[in-house]
Amino acid sequence: MTIAMQWHDWLALFGQYLLLSLLSISGAITTVPDMHRYLVAQHGWLTEAQFTSSVAIAQAAPGPNVLFVALMGWNVGLNAGGGIGAGPVAWLLGFFGLMVTMVGIMLPSTTLTYFATRWGHRNRTRREVRAFKQGMAPVVVGLLIATGWVLAGGNQSPGVPAWHLWLLSGVAALVVWRTRIHLLWLLGCGAALGAVGFV
Amino acid sequence: MHPSAPAAAPPPDHPHPQPASPRDLFVSFTWLALQGFGGVLAIVQREMVEKKKWLTPDQFLEDWAVAQVMPGPNVINLALMIGDRYFGLRGAIAAVAGMLTVPLFVILALAVLYAHYAANPQVAAALRGMGAVSGGLIAATGIKLIPQLRKHPLGFATCLGFVALVFAAIALLKIPLGWVLLAVGGVACVWTWKKISP
Repeated sequence: MTIAMQWHDWLALFGQYLLLSLLSISGAITTVPDMHRYLVAQHGWLTEAQFTSSVAIAQAAPGPNVLFVALMGWNVGLNAGGGIGAGPVAWLLGFFGLMVTMVGIMLPSTTLTYFATRWGHRNRTRREVRAFKQGMAPVVVGLLIATGWVLAGGNQSPGVPAWHLWLLSGVAALVVWRTRIHLLWLLGCGAALGAVGFV
Repeated sequence: MHPSAPAAAPPPDHPHPQPASPRDLFVSFTWLALQGFGGVLAIVQREMVEKKKWLTPDQFLEDWAVAQVMPGPNVINLALMIGDRYFGLRGAIAAVAGMLTVPLFVILALAVLYAHYAANPQVAAALRGMGAVSGGLIAATGIKLIPQLRKHPLGFATCLGFVALVFAAIALLKIPLGWVLLAVGGVACVWTWKKISP
């Protein structure tokens, strides 16, 4: 796919990601629906397949999930340069697109977090700061268990009974809880069990 | 070392380990990020709390709560806070850069490779298996923090009630996170505020 990107288009893309950064409470993944509306539906800068594969690859790859944003910028740049086969110009534009979306999504939120946590640290003895930090503790524990639950059951294969996936997640949770085995071994076992068709 | 709250401060006769330099932060967070398939959180807890002991479990829980309610990717916010605690702005930049730089090139390589293997069902199945394991890892991260709630001002039983409530709201009822944080988190904070001495 080839698209034409003017400088004001890049600026608009950057502005959109600056805005989404401030809205991404509890993670960039919550802004995916809005990114889809903007990039695919409204402007046609990405195809449906480019959009969904950007999210899927980032979920499967090592590193923070927010890197799906980098792949979206990369793909917009490639499209603007005439596709991945078009040579170095397309690759450079891809890298430029990647910087536009990544800097956009990171800058406002990290700046805000930096100053807010410094303020919180200076005022850490204040009753409301302590109440906030301690009061959120049980909520965070509940959120972590819920996130694990959603991820565990989220990706079922049509041909395999669902309990296989739950069993694998449950055993993984038990092993992590009770032992100090390196997590990469567990992920490797998961990949192997998947490849032989257990999940 | 600046503990993030008086309640979480380690006793002064137990100095706790720290990163040696911003470079140490960069390398540690790069290594940590590269182990994190399907999310880095479980690895942060394992590396920062259990192995390197740069954070106590209490500090992890508090920092994570703050990272969660601030905008932006949670693990990036957490890296920023840990880096800032030890080396100020330089540390914050080193930690966040470590988290992003090398994984960015890995993910680009994967995106280019993906075009070749996207159709292979075994690749998709292996990714599914890793996804299920990473779900288990994150749940275990939460389970391991439950003992920390024993010292909580609200009491252990009330805390477990909040844990169950949040779990049900998010995992079973699928209520948007913002509402759960506002409602359940709000009640928990106000209740804690009433319990702790002024």
